[in-house]
Amino acid sequence: MIRFDNVAKRYPTGHEGLSGVDLHLEPGEMAFLTGHSGAGKSTLLKLIGLLERATRGQVWVNGRNLNKLSNRDVPYHRREVGMIFQDHRLLHDRTVFDNIALPLVVSGMGHAEVTRRVRAALDKVGLLKKDKVFPIALSGGEQQRVGIARALVSKPPVLLADEPTGNLDPELSREIMELFMQFNQVGVTLLVATHDIDLVNRLGKRIITLRNGRVAGDSGTAG
Amino acid sequence: MAKRVRQPGFRRNRNPVTWLLRHAQMSLSSLGRLSRSPLTTLMTAAVIGIALALPSGLHMLVDNVRQLSASWDGSASISLFLNDAVSDEQAEQVRAKVAARNDIADTRLIDRAAALDEFRRLSGFGQAIELLDQNPLPPVVLARPAARIQGSDAVGHLAQELQAFREIDLAQVDLQWVERLGAITGTIERAVLVLAVLLAGAVLLIVGNTIRLEIQNRHSEIEVVKLVGGTDAFIRRPFLYEGFWYGLLGAAIALILVIVSLVLLDGPVERLAGLYNSRFELAAVDWGSFLGIVGGGPLLGLCGAWLAVGRHLAHVQPE
Ligand SMILES: Nc1ncnc2c1ncn2[C@@H]1O[C@H](COP(=O)(O)OP(=O)(O)O)[C@@H](O)[C@H]1O
Ligand SMILES: [Mg+2]
Repeated sequence: MIRFDNVAKRYPTGHEGLSGVDLHLEPGEMAFLTGHSGAGKSTLLKLIGLLERATRGQVWVNGRNLNKLSNRDVPYHRREVGMIFQDHRLLHDRTVFDNIALPLVVSGMGHAEVTRRVRAALDKVGLLKKDKVFPIALSGGEQQRVGIARALVSKPPVLLADEPTGNLDPELSREIMELFMQFNQVGVTLLVATHDIDLVNRLGKRIITLRNGRVAGDSGTAG
Repeated sequence: MAKRVRQPGFRRNRNPVTWLLRHAQMSLSSLGRLSRSPLTTLMTAAVIGIALALPSGLHMLVDNVRQLSASWDGSASISLFLNDAVSDEQAEQVRAKVAARNDIADTRLIDRAAALDEFRRLSGFGQAIELLDQNPLPPVVLARPAARIQGSDAVGHLAQELQAFREIDLAQVDLQWVERLGAITGTIERAVLVLAVLLAGAVLLIVGNTIRLEIQNRHSEIEVVKLVGGTDAFIRRPFLYEGFWYGLLGAAIALILVIVSLVLLDGPVERLAGLYNSRFELAAVDWGSFLGIVGGGPLLGLCGAWLAVGRHLAHVQPE
């Protein structure tokens, strides 16, 4: 589902965020991406979501070579990759419902279907009653759930999360991770960047460790 | 494109009905967004309105004056300077002969004495004239062409025919002021055209700048929309519609301004025309001006928005 072949990312500043990364995630696999701050976790996720492009090597997602996608194709690619961020990236002048509906509206889905899907997504993250609320009125954990609902509402085959629990207490963090485990059980491929090693170790999933832009450890698919 | 052949393609929505529906929704929501800040919207639209009204109003005025002068040059008079040898009695016979023509409406004879009188009064060389022992001025017949002789060409032709008379030395058409007026309206028309082009540029800049600010204000929204897979066309659309609505509102304001000015000018112009024995009336908004305003406004708005979007939207990229 996701494959990196000898991938490097050199930023315009000349700094290499990633160098020589090889990686392979099977469809339906779930993995955690760990490593020190500046190790290249965000860079790796950005390459998958085409927020950045690799400067060397090849990235494959869902059977497509991302190097060969034109800029025109990028939006369509992003519809197949749900992205979740530490800072949620919600629109504060729109209700929870409208925030979650955005990926569907953008793809031109009809109103009835949008309503149905958004309700289903709200249900999954346990926020059914908060649909008319504005994000500012929600707690940090709830805002992150809205971000998650928005990422999964269009049922993308791939979900990426960049330090989704970075601002949450251990209890909320565990809940969010369990949510991810549930999505994984229905076949979504997940890659979650985090430096919460303790939590990740307890969940028993594959762990890929980055150090200075290189893969320094991989617990493997079996883990 | 050939290099992508082996890749599985993306499904793109090409249903024309949903496409139309989305456009309708988008245009209405853009209008709704504008109506939520009515003062800003109205001020921008008013500036566009003035910029559109000014050249079209001036154009209509010049157009009216031109029609007016066209109706006047038919009544231009011809001065017939008679041969010096012609006596005052013979001059009266020439006048009668000219008056008998069916292409002449009426005539008036200015005999030698009257011509000298007039010269004394108007030239300021009265005393110099006293020194002459003989009147040097020829008799003059003023002839006004019949109403059906229209335009400077026809009048000039008539003057040539009259000059062929043995007694007539010179037939001079008093068209100069009409021609001068024509030259002036032509110049003003040109100036109006230049003004229109400059103001069209101003409208582009106004709309472009408004949309640029709008893009800045909605920076994070654009980022998120790009993040969840919004195409450039999708992101562009609301801004283009906003430009369109600004232009249309501006056009409406311009029409109101032009019509109000016409109503205000109507009374004075009628009085002025009365002084010149003319039944001149300001025409209502003509089709050309109407279409220019109603078509030009939205078109300029759209173009201005397009320029702003093209320049500034690409710089907004999610991180
Ligand atoms: N936009 C950028 N421009 C220049 N350097 C960057 C940029 N983004 C990240 N980097 C650098 O790339 C390296 C990896 O960054 P990042 O992927 O954000 O690491 P992590 O998410 O693991 O903390 C860091 O050294 C960082 O300074
Ligand atoms: Mg990071």
